[in-house]
Amino acid sequence: MSGLAIADIRAQFGRNEVLRGIDLAVAAGETLVLFGPSGAGKTVLLRAIAGLEPGATGRVVIDGEDVSTHGPESRNVGMAFQNFALYPHLSARENIASPLRARGVSAGEIDARVGAIARLLRIAHVLSHPPRALSNGQKQRTALARALIAEPRILLLDDPLRNVDAKLRYEMRLELPRLLRESNAATIYVTQDYREAMALGDRVAVLQNGVIAQCGAADAVYDLPANREVARLFGDPPINLLPCRPQAAAGGIDIEAAGFRLHLGAREEATGKDCLLGLRPETLSLSDHPIAGGVAADIVAITPLHERQVVLTRTAAGEELVVSVAHDVPKAGSHVWLLADPRAALVFEASAGKLIQAPMAIRGCAA
Amino acid sequence: MAIAKILRALALSLVLAFFLFPIVWILLMSFQTNEEILRLPPSTFFRPTLGNYIALISGHLETAAGELDITFLHNLWNSILLSTSSVALALLLGVPAAYAFARFRFRLGEDIAFTMLSFRFAPPLLVLLPLSLYFQDLGLNDTYLGLIWVYQLICLPLILWIVRGYFEDASPDIEYAYRIDGHSWWRAFTRIAVPLAGPGIAAAGLLSFIFAWNNFVFALILASADKQPVTVGALAFVTASGIQYGQIAAAIVLSILPTLALALYAQRWLVEGLSLGAVKG
Repeated sequence: MSGLAIADIRAQFGRNEVLRGIDLAVAAGETLVLFGPSGAGKTVLLRAIAGLEPGATGRVVIDGEDVSTHGPESRNVGMAFQNFALYPHLSARENIASPLRARGVSAGEIDARVGAIARLLRIAHVLSHPPRALSNGQKQRTALARALIAEPRILLLDDPLRNVDAKLRYEMRLELPRLLRESNAATIYVTQDYREAMALGDRVAVLQNGVIAQCGAADAVYDLPANREVARLFGDPPINLLPCRPQAAAGGIDIEAAGFRLHLGAREEATGKDCLLGLRPETLSLSDHPIAGGVAADIVAITPLHERQVVLTRTAAGEELVVSVAHDVPKAGSHVWLLADPRAALVFEASAGKLIQAPMAIRGCAA
Repeated sequence: MAIAKILRALALSLVLAFFLFPIVWILLMSFQTNEEILRLPPSTFFRPTLGNYIALISGHLETAAGELDITFLHNLWNSILLSTSSVALALLLGVPAAYAFARFRFRLGEDIAFTMLSFRFAPPLLVLLPLSLYFQDLGLNDTYLGLIWVYQLICLPLILWIVRGYFEDASPDIEYAYRIDGHSWWRAFTRIAVPLAGPGIAAAGLLSFIFAWNNFVFALILASADKQPVTVGALAFVTASGIQYGQIAAAIVLSILPTLALALYAQRWLVEGLSLGAVKG
């Protein structure tokens, strides 16, 4: 198949197993977002794919060709580093031209291609500058241009928007999908920002403790996170987790937590176990007058976030709950009532953190 | 404000006078005859003479006690040859070694690096006796090759440790990026790593050149007159009929000129930080 397939990638530093058998497949033209907390091994995995991690084992197959034993220079991979890794002694033009020079492209063609991609990324006016004279945004675009210019079959982008300002990050989130589609490379995009993951990924793979904890469409990861940690990381403001012990009920379970009484279908295996009830902030509704089934709470603080308000509330029992709503809310200190939507409620095992769900498999990402 | 400025200028002048006095004194001496130098009290005004320099360059010295042949220019040439070749060889060996120590972890790596450094602590006299015996056996005694080899004790550790630090400061990601672009390991080393460590390599080369130039004891023991550098050659001015202070001063002026010129020239490379702005932050 065309694209990238990796099998059983393992990496170990001393006695610390960083990657414990990673299998992934990314089709040409597809963007897979590799998501995970810092230290999860995302960068190590990218470097293993690029051939920069001599200690890593496993198979890397690019367009059907096993390149596991090839050096980084012969894998035809483009990579953008988190710290840009521009060549400080060369101009932006020579930085971008470097992959073409390595391939022995003629001087005239190099000029034409560098000019074209620089216009596309709006850095044509700074091509003669050395990297230290560029703004962070221009550095990031230069690094991106260098990764893209030789039309690699595999594109590895290591959190490329991390070190740029918010406005540029927003712009690039809009531009990148088109750029990546046009490049027709199999792209792995590393990020810790779930919004970027939602915006850019055809699919999202969550790397956790050296294994792929979950892989699927971004919406699916958000709606049905495989475990407590994925739920916590993938979403901002973060999910509310409330300890509970579900009881058997007709056709499902009854849950009582922090004053909420919810009936959920299926998921009988949770009965009688210590569990965590997961409520996404935007699935809670908030009202300034008593409502049936509502839990009384006080508003502690309000953070306006774009068009939504993020509200921190505290119930009479002392549980803190984050609620995200699109409408105006009473000021801090007011008394409010919260209502949970049982259809969006998630139940996790308290000890292992695994999602207990109505039977529906979480698919893997391997070929 | 004005007082602070004046005090500052005064302090700077004092420091300058303190450090430059010996050099100025020697420069003045080099234009005086031996008689004028030895006069007590020292004469403030004198008629400058180029006699000392002429004697050094022509190789003939007329003194009150008779004529003296000196090989100063040949000594100067020896110094240039020995120092330049030693530094060139040390750079050739030391820069790749420094890169290896900076980038790779290997068995006994730190021990080897430290052993190299310890060559700098060892008193030269300790190694010189056995060395001169071995050199006689090997036929390296009184050869340029032998001296250049021994000079590695001075140059190699210095270059290794200074350049290593510069390699460690540069992000390896920059070299990785170059490899991913499709360039070989060797090209990443020569086109990226070495230019980025350039200021460090220049500094280390300059320092080891100065140390090699100033070395005295290796050449004194391991070489005879026609291979000896200026530091040893200056001994010739201590003659039976007295010490030729004027010629010594002129010889010193001539022999510090190359290192001074090199230091002034290399200064801007030392100051310029090439890797600024290469990576974030």
